[in-house]
Amino acid sequence: MIQQIIFISILLVVGFFAYKSYSRIYKTIHLGKALDISGDTGQRWKNVLLVAFGQKKMFKRFIPAILHLFIYIAFLFTQIELIEILIDGIFGVHRFFADKIGFLYPIIINTIECLSVLALIATIIFLARRNLLKIPRLVKPEMKGWPTLDANYILIAEIFLVIGIFSMNGADSMLQKAGTDYFTNTGNLVISSAIGGAIFSGLEISTLMIIERVGWWLHILVVFGFLLYLPISKHLHIMLAFPTVYFSKLTSRGEIKNMPEIMNEVKSMMGLLTEQEIDPNADLPEFGSKDIFDLSWKNILDAHTCTECGRCTSVCPANQTGKKLSPRKILMDIRDRATEVQINIEVGAQTLNDYNDEKSLFDYISDEEIFACTTCNACVEACPIMLDPLEPILELRRYKLLTESAGPSDWLSMFNALESGGSVWQMPDQRFDWAKSLNEDSQN
Amino acid sequence: MKVYTLEEFASNNETPEIVFWVGCAGSFDSRAQRITYAFVKILNEAKIKFAVLGNEESCTGDPARRSGNEFLFQMQALQNIETLNMYKVKKIVTACPHCFNTIKNEYPVLGGEYEVVHHTQLIADLIKEKKITIEGGAFEGKKIAYHDSCYLGRVNGIYEAPREILRAIDSEYAEVKRNRSKGFCCGAGGAQVFKEEEEGSKGVNIERVEELLDVKPDIIAANCPFCILMMNDGVKNKGKEEDVMIYDISELIVQANKW
Repeated sequence: MIQQIIFISILLVVGFFAYKSYSRIYKTIHLGKALDISGDTGQRWKNVLLVAFGQKKMFKRFIPAILHLFIYIAFLFTQIELIEILIDGIFGVHRFFADKIGFLYPIIINTIECLSVLALIATIIFLARRNLLKIPRLVKPEMKGWPTLDANYILIAEIFLVIGIFSMNGADSMLQKAGTDYFTNTGNLVISSAIGGAIFSGLEISTLMIIERVGWWLHILVVFGFLLYLPISKHLHIMLAFPTVYFSKLTSRGEIKNMPEIMNEVKSMMGLLTEQEIDPNADLPEFGSKDIFDLSWKNILDAHTCTECGRCTSVCPANQTGKKLSPRKILMDIRDRATEVQINIEVGAQTLNDYNDEKSLFDYISDEEIFACTTCNACVEACPIMLDPLEPILELRRYKLLTESAGPSDWLSMFNALESGGSVWQMPDQRFDWAKSLNEDSQN
Repeated sequence: MKVYTLEEFASNNETPEIVFWVGCAGSFDSRAQRITYAFVKILNEAKIKFAVLGNEESCTGDPARRSGNEFLFQMQALQNIETLNMYKVKKIVTACPHCFNTIKNEYPVLGGEYEVVHHTQLIADLIKEKKITIEGGAFEGKKIAYHDSCYLGRVNGIYEAPREILRAIDSEYAEVKRNRSKGFCCGAGGAQVFKEEEEGSKGVNIERVEELLDVKPDIIAANCPFCILMMNDGVKNKGKEEDVMIYDISELIVQANKW
């Protein structure tokens, strides 16, 4: 009874704080510009099934994909056990499902246990890849400090989850053997009865009962902690990957988002618009993106979904040849700036309609980074969850070029040549002169 | 070999089967002009009635748009679309993946809808339809390494057409480590070719050329005039310009057939 009260109280407190922090994430994402993303729901659901649920793009790199798959499937299956824990905790019962679903129960629990072992192995290998092998993409400069800690915290929490499951189930199977009435027969749990036999044999029943409870509480408390930790962690991808993939771009990669306001301006300069279509009072707004308010909500969703795996950065031609640009850092910067803005609004230091903290994305991202991009789309191809680091880079370039008239001075001669002669190089020849020699030959 | 403009076609009340979009590099750069000549040769051999825009063509606007200069892009693009629509152009072929991408993917929303193919796609079809045949043996004992350009490959998903041609040329052709969707950029895209690179440990083109040289090729085959410019520099930087030649796939066909 006391356990029930404690459990329900913790559940309510966790629920309250979870609601607060997840609604902050929602608000942060919607600091971005409204953008209607709809159409072709068939293709969108197909992407969710194949890419998000099915992890299709993960398998471009087999080893991390397999390891990640173990943890992912273990996570999915453990939800069943989690539901049982919640029911047990709230109603003060023990293994609620055990006598309800009969022979299925040991099958499910044994599956979860096998997956937990695989997930534990994967977790240890992941820790080694980060901290011992120091895989290059996991130790880039933007990973210094918090991002590295964050990744390690998550992995260590996973180890505690598994310890919780096996102390709970291991002690439970010993208690079942001892014939304690309260401990419902679960059928044979292969791994945990082996663990129980090896570690807990010879312990008093009362000690076993304490171990079972400690395992149970450890498991659920780590889960609660995880839930509250996610919104400040890169690990949010376990939830956001699904909507992000659903809303990802379906049009050709080769098409950079059109700017209708500039198109119409140029059309009216060229006399291509009828009078009705020209709005003489239309103010030309600032172009491109300077801050998160100018990016779309999808760009900010991408930034929050990024789990900092760095596959984008590890294929970026600029990054791989020692330039400062890292597509992953662009997404991390957008997320961090958006979070900063949202917190400033929440604490009342700023208001949404009148936001001005004299900072912008350019305090996070330098010109040197955005102008090093070759638009090769390797980052877009590499991302396992279809994030698009390229679009914000181009938006920032647009702000520099169109609003500030800044940018690399080398480009000026190309711009001038385009403007005056319609070619990327200033040329004394006419464009068609290349054919002169052919056409003269054919006359002779 | 005479090359006719759309204007000449129009004044004779004739319509070409296809418009060859030459692009800035193919028109002005002396290295890339040789690709233009090779492709014109192939079109003639296949007896395809084609026209060019000649002086009415201007840059598609790709480097302007990717640099962030949308005004300049719109000016180029809308002008070109005006011209193309005036001549009621239906089908366009180009030897430049950047022109190809912009006309195919970015012109429709601006009012320019055409069927656009890259010259490697057209040539692969011509081989399949037996409109051109390729003499085997010209490259016997020579190893050809193939470089995927970003804008033909990863951006537009065209990996096989150029490879089909290479197989038809009947040479020992080699894949490099990062190929197809993992192809590594030559460093030119995103208007980079028109500016100095940012500070780093090496040039993007050097990184790519080193990878290509790893397979010990006699020839590097490419499908983009800008890749060829960048890799020419890279190969020179490595002191290999005497040993390794860089050609567009169309040039290889002309060489194979001694046209």
